[in-house]
Amino acid sequence: MSAELHINPGVELRNAELELRQFRVRLAIASGFVFFMFLLLTGRFFYLQVVKHGELQTLAEANRISIVPVVPNRGIIVDRNGAVLAHNYSGYTLEIQPARVDNLDALIDELATVVEIAPRDHHRFKRLLEESKSIGSLPIRTRLTDEEIARFAANRYRFPGVDINARLFRHYPQGEIFSHVVGHIGRINQRELDQLEDEGRAANYRGTDYMGKTGLEQSYERYLHGTTGVEEVEVDSGGRAVRTLSRTPPVSGNNLALQLDAQLQEVAYNAFGERRGALVAIEPATGGVLAFVSKPGFDPNLFVDGIDPQNWNELNTSPDRPMVNRALAGTYPPGSTFKPYMALAALTYGKRTPQQTINDPGYFMFGGHQFRDSRPGGYGRVDLYTSIVKSSDTYYYMLANDMGIDAIARFMSLFGFGARTGIDIAGEAAGVLPSQEWKFKRFRQKWFAGETISIGIGQGYNAYTPLQMAAAIAAIANDGVMFRPHIVNTIEDIRTRARAAVEPNPARKLDLKPEHIATVKQALVGVNKEGTGARVFAGAEYVSAGKTGTAQVIGIKQGEKYVESRVQERYRDHALFIAYAPAENPKIALAVVVENSGFGARYAAPIARQVLDFYLLGKRPPPPKRGKDDDDDG
Amino acid sequence: MTANPLIRRAEYFLTRHVDGLLLALVLALMALGLAVLFSASNASVARVSAQFANMLVALGVMWAFANIPPHYLARLALPLYALGVTLLVCVALFGDVVHGARRWLDLGVTRIQPSELMKIAVPLALAWYFDRYEAALRLRNFAVATVMLAVPVYLIARQPDLGTALLIAASGFFVLFLAGLSWRIITGLAVAGAASLPLVWSALHDYQRQRILTLIDPTQDPLGSGYHTIQSTIAVGSGGLFGKGWLNGTQTHLDFIPERTTDFIFAVYSEEFGLIGNVALLAVLLLVIGRGALITANAPTLFTRLLAGAVTLTFFIYVFVNMGMVSGILPVVGIPLPLISYGGTALVSICLGFGILMSIATHKKLVQT
Repeated sequence: MSAELHINPGVELRNAELELRQFRVRLAIASGFVFFMFLLLTGRFFYLQVVKHGELQTLAEANRISIVPVVPNRGIIVDRNGAVLAHNYSGYTLEIQPARVDNLDALIDELATVVEIAPRDHHRFKRLLEESKSIGSLPIRTRLTDEEIARFAANRYRFPGVDINARLFRHYPQGEIFSHVVGHIGRINQRELDQLEDEGRAANYRGTDYMGKTGLEQSYERYLHGTTGVEEVEVDSGGRAVRTLSRTPPVSGNNLALQLDAQLQEVAYNAFGERRGALVAIEPATGGVLAFVSKPGFDPNLFVDGIDPQNWNELNTSPDRPMVNRALAGTYPPGSTFKPYMALAALTYGKRTPQQTINDPGYFMFGGHQFRDSRPGGYGRVDLYTSIVKSSDTYYYMLANDMGIDAIARFMSLFGFGARTGIDIAGEAAGVLPSQEWKFKRFRQKWFAGETISIGIGQGYNAYTPLQMAAAIAAIANDGVMFRPHIVNTIEDIRTRARAAVEPNPARKLDLKPEHIATVKQALVGVNKEGTGARVFAGAEYVSAGKTGTAQVIGIKQGEKYVESRVQERYRDHALFIAYAPAENPKIALAVVVENSGFGARYAAPIARQVLDFYLLGKRPPPPKRGKDDDDDG
Repeated sequence: MTANPLIRRAEYFLTRHVDGLLLALVLALMALGLAVLFSASNASVARVSAQFANMLVALGVMWAFANIPPHYLARLALPLYALGVTLLVCVALFGDVVHGARRWLDLGVTRIQPSELMKIAVPLALAWYFDRYEAALRLRNFAVATVMLAVPVYLIARQPDLGTALLIAASGFFVLFLAGLSWRIITGLAVAGAASLPLVWSALHDYQRQRILTLIDPTQDPLGSGYHTIQSTIAVGSGGLFGKGWLNGTQTHLDFIPERTTDFIFAVYSEEFGLIGNVALLAVLLLVIGRGALITANAPTLFTRLLAGAVTLTFFIYVFVNMGMVSGILPVVGIPLPLISYGGTALVSICLGFGILMSIATHKKLVQT
């Protein structure tokens, strides 16, 4: 209609009148529409309140039909050989509905005369009470014995608001060995509840008190949880179920089959002895993670029915920080394990040829500052092969200086250094791949050429996760074809038994020349044959490739308590080792970090040897013994 | 009458811009609201007094706006609109996320929800815009107005706050419609809207889709949003012709109705007062809308006509969407039943609208001179 309006000064008055009339017509139409919609509502009310009244009245009255969620079984988690890492068992819990109880403390004291309630149970209950908004019921005791059940049943009339419920419990049979990678479940807190609400998943969690909090339990929550079933039950006026009217059974969560090898994981975990550190082993041809160790671990079973404050405090204040997943979130300077990548960069960018030699007098001078080699006097004439096998620092000081920081950063980003790998558990640290841009962003400072020198031997700002280091050496082992590391192999649909692979992920082909990779691989084999790793790998029944590394610890990390007796140890160097084997057809690639121990060759390489021996030969490690003298190592 | 002149002057001051009939209807609905709330909250005096306090504030706002002459409002239209859009953009950029939706803006002192402001700013701005080009409304003007409407609606819908976006879109559309948007375009829009449904569907969040699917078959999702619909229809239906009587609703008192003091309070009312009560309530609400329509029809300028029309029809949308949702013919969106549901914000914004209606009804003589 608007298009038909024209300006016509002569009939402006009439126009206004016309407009008003038009407006009133519109208003009348709108009013008619309102009236019609109200009639529609009235019709709906008539339908519900007169036509369907009988039926709905019955539902509301005879009823009271209660819709009860039926919690699904959580999927189980097994390793590549079917060994169980997480499963469920059923048990009885004693639960209190706080809303129906006036004096909780008095009630609990009285309950304690019937069933045993330890101070630990009491504290845990208080903690749960604070966290939850007093809806539903909270467990005061779990895993009741038959005798306790009988005793309570006889005394039940004394405890309104207290009930025994059958529940499924999560159990982690392997305990601390898999604590970081499998993770654990815990009670759903308010924040998680809000999030479920927002994602529209809250309905599926009615009746469910637990969800995955860390590790695979967290990242595969959607698969593991399953679909909640529904039971329509008739309840009497007191709210007790009288009979079931209809039932939609729950659908159990899917099972996870991992790439991890439980026995290998155990060997690797135990190989650390009392030391702290991390190990990640990867199958180069698939990116499947074979072992994922962070030492020390903790018992994930403590978290399953709500951890008690005492254990919680111990775990959180321990100077060993057992809750930190070192393999995933710990970042360490790579030390000399960085050298093979530097060598590859030099070949790729044409800065060195394999034959070219430099003179290593035991130090490198730059800007009046002397950068010392770890071996006094140096190695004399050093070519690329020797630089890796003997771990010459001078060679890489010079190389770093020749390449410049940005070329190094550009090349290293190829291997994923300083970037999250995208592994299928949450909480990954990115680490630091230093560059001019990074330094300016981080410190608002320009890069000094002198800082580039020590980057060449994996020190300085360099900081990578053991996972990144393992993924990188796996890419070398696999001749430059890189996979995204993944822990889960298949997800098994519990109904159809169909297995879906998690990662048929397209590999990334790194832009590298095969002959350059071959040169570096040859040197890595040399390390374990005649270099810094030779002593540890003497007598191995397979050909392996490796590189030792030692990373200086600069200072005490933030948030750590000052414990005098340990300071000395905390300042010791981290030992590192990267390896793959068999050299001709690599089946396994790994990275090891041993915190505050010393030389890589002495402390990290033996762990790698045990892991490789077990994986390739099935050999269980002999009781630990140490070498007498130090290997020379960058 | 020979009353004290001071009292007469005070009385005049208080009532000269108040529309008696509208005020009577609003007060009646508020009283009913308190009675239903008393039942819905299981006789919680605290809730009822809190709502009573909300009502006093809302009535104060209503009186204040009734005393603002419409041409002042016209002057405020554009700045308010610009402020609102700016705030919405700020919300999108650095708003606080509460329950996954980005709706709040932290001003350091207090947090505000700019989408509430837009409920009034949008119809105000559109009415002002059409009034300005009154002499020759062209297609171009409608296009500009559509953009003025679409920007805030889009920003609010992506927060996501579908309920508020819907209300604002409706109020804006009413202004366009009353301003004379051509039927051809309305038909075209309707057809285009129907055609783009699959597109809209794919843009919806999973939970929004779920709500629509649930509407078609509530038993699909008996633990989630279907639960609300199932229980509220049972409540409404079991009320029957005469209802179970005040404070006697079993669905309500056995805790079956979710959100029973706020968005689903109508289920409580319906269960306790039955079809008779529902029809009576609809009649009162229809009277309110009728009064609004009358004020609209007699409004002196295009600006006041459009504004009054938009306010009146938005009130209708509140009522219809809420009752439709409770009785299971519309999806569950968070829209309260005006003047009855518990909650201060919606109450104030509804009463602000009534204040504007009263202002338009009582200021016209002064303007027409």
